[in-house]
Amino acid sequence: MKSKFLAGPYMAWMAIFTVVPLVMVAYFAFTANDGSFTLENFVNASEYLPIFLRSIWYALAACVICLFVGYPVAYVIARSTSNVRRVLYLLVTLPMCMSFLLRTLALVSLVRDTGIINNFLGIFGIGPLPLIRNTGSVIMGMVYNYLPYMIMPLYTVIVKLDPRLVEAAQDLGCDSLQTFRRVILPLSVPGIVSGITMVFVPAVSTFYISQRLGSTDNVMVGDIIERQFKGSYNQNLGAAMSLILMVLVFISIGLMNRFTDDEEVSTI
Amino acid sequence: MKKVVTIVLVCALALSLAALSGCGGSSDQVTLRVYNWGVNIADGSDDYIDVIELFEEAYPEIDVIYDTYETNEALYTRLAGGGVSYDVIIPSDYMIARMIREDMLLPLNFDNIPNYDLVDDTFKNQSYDPNNEYSVPYTWGTVGIIYNTKYVDEADIGGWDLLWNEKYADRIVMIDNSRDAFAIAEAMLGYSLNTEDPDEIQAAADLLAEQLPILQSYQMDDMYNLMENEEAWIAPYYAGDAMLMMDENPDLAFYLPEDQTFNVFIDAMCIPASAENKEEAELFINFLCEPEISGGNMDYIGYGTPVSAAKEYMDPEMANNPVAYPDEETLARGEAFVALSDEAQQLMDNLFNEVKAGLA
Repeated sequence: MKSKFLAGPYMAWMAIFTVVPLVMVAYFAFTANDGSFTLENFVNASEYLPIFLRSIWYALAACVICLFVGYPVAYVIARSTSNVRRVLYLLVTLPMCMSFLLRTLALVSLVRDTGIINNFLGIFGIGPLPLIRNTGSVIMGMVYNYLPYMIMPLYTVIVKLDPRLVEAAQDLGCDSLQTFRRVILPLSVPGIVSGITMVFVPAVSTFYISQRLGSTDNVMVGDIIERQFKGSYNQNLGAAMSLILMVLVFISIGLMNRFTDDEEVSTI
Repeated sequence: MKKVVTIVLVCALALSLAALSGCGGSSDQVTLRVYNWGVNIADGSDDYIDVIELFEEAYPEIDVIYDTYETNEALYTRLAGGGVSYDVIIPSDYMIARMIREDMLLPLNFDNIPNYDLVDDTFKNQSYDPNNEYSVPYTWGTVGIIYNTKYVDEADIGGWDLLWNEKYADRIVMIDNSRDAFAIAEAMLGYSLNTEDPDEIQAAADLLAEQLPILQSYQMDDMYNLMENEEAWIAPYYAGDAMLMMDENPDLAFYLPEDQTFNVFIDAMCIPASAENKEEAELFINFLCEPEISGGNMDYIGYGTPVSAAKEYMDPEMANNPVAYPDEETLARGEAFVALSDEAQQLMDNLFNEVKAGLA
């Protein structure tokens, strides 16, 4: 009873700032400019299918890279002594103290043709290298921005992993690769899943990174949605596209969660 | 538990009362919200005048809050979306006509704007505001091409087709708003910049789609950065902004197409229907028409002043600059925008989104 009461403020917050806007998005998505019911927005939104698919593939690529880069980092942090751990953890979270727009702009000034890296290489007669305005640079921008969201949940899971289980595996004759594959990795699945979710969701709907780091053929669905609201005054189409994106995100989260539940059952 | 809640509520109430009385103490202070284009007012940098500061000195009871937008369309969307209140906005001609049509502007009280008499007659009775009821001209200018003389061959310049020249692929930045982008394509095709013919608009969209593969990106205010750093070499943009860029990077130059038409625009000050301080807004508009202020302001922003008396106060080099003040013969090739019908505008916006998404 008491705990329910304490959740009250958040429930009220959710109702006002999450449920109401969601209802409004749905309302706009299913109405025309004059307020009458229509499905035309979804027909128009479906023209942008290639852009939806592109966003999903970029976000998945960013997830995979974040996982492969982030896992070893999380592991090293979790296994360090507490002093080193504190410093490393701070270093991982430090970029998040800065606005994401600023970080992206900083990255642009590093990698553009007349940027710091290419100017430096130019001294040795190298380049300019194509570090900007391609698919790779957009995905790199997403990795750069969202990597901490992968590392943090991984770290939280790995640090709580009982070292006795690792010792037991070694005692029973596992080499280090087997220990990792059969003990550590399965036990860190919950962290992997929440890390992937935390990277995938913002990445698939991101809108600024592709404008700054991409070329004209790297437009993402977030950019198109932003444009409906900021430039062309077509909120109805923008709302329909947001709704489609939201459904896609929910489906992927649902799939992931089933995966963790199964895993947890099997490891117990 | 109840006790805790009561204490919290009492604290909250006390705080909000304190906040309220705080406001009440300085109730004679009025806040004026001005919404203008990015980089479109002298802000005190580089030894130019600071217009807002001078206004606040002249009218100490008014505090100015100053915001910027990147395009007419962004301004329209922000105001039409509701939930914001601005007292002064500075849209361009065609957008003023559209806003008048949609009852988004308030008629001005010219008793509060005596300096309107100083505005040249050529800038009055314009088609966007035929009875001079809603707007006071702020600047006028042209849309041309800014390019970097270090990289662009002189033989290639002269027309809009430079923007389609594959030699400069990935170094061309296109202007990021539907009306200006379509106008360039329409000028290439020899159409009127105000065409409402769906076939002509479609043809313009096709031409823009053809250009997309060689573009670096679509930009508005970021154009400054890209051109000054030489990340991009060619861009269509507004003459005044071009002059600001040329100040920063002397290798930049500007031209208006020789045999093709281009847009001549007037940006004018208006008061949106959501304004809360109309009288103060009129004072502000009047202040910006002061010849001394207008002159100092134009020195910085590089556009033409509609107040000829202001030229006396301007840097003579600026007042006679051909970029800001092209000759009559050149200006005769220009065409002003008028508001398109809702259908034509909608078609243009949709096609523009598809072009930029690579789907057209």
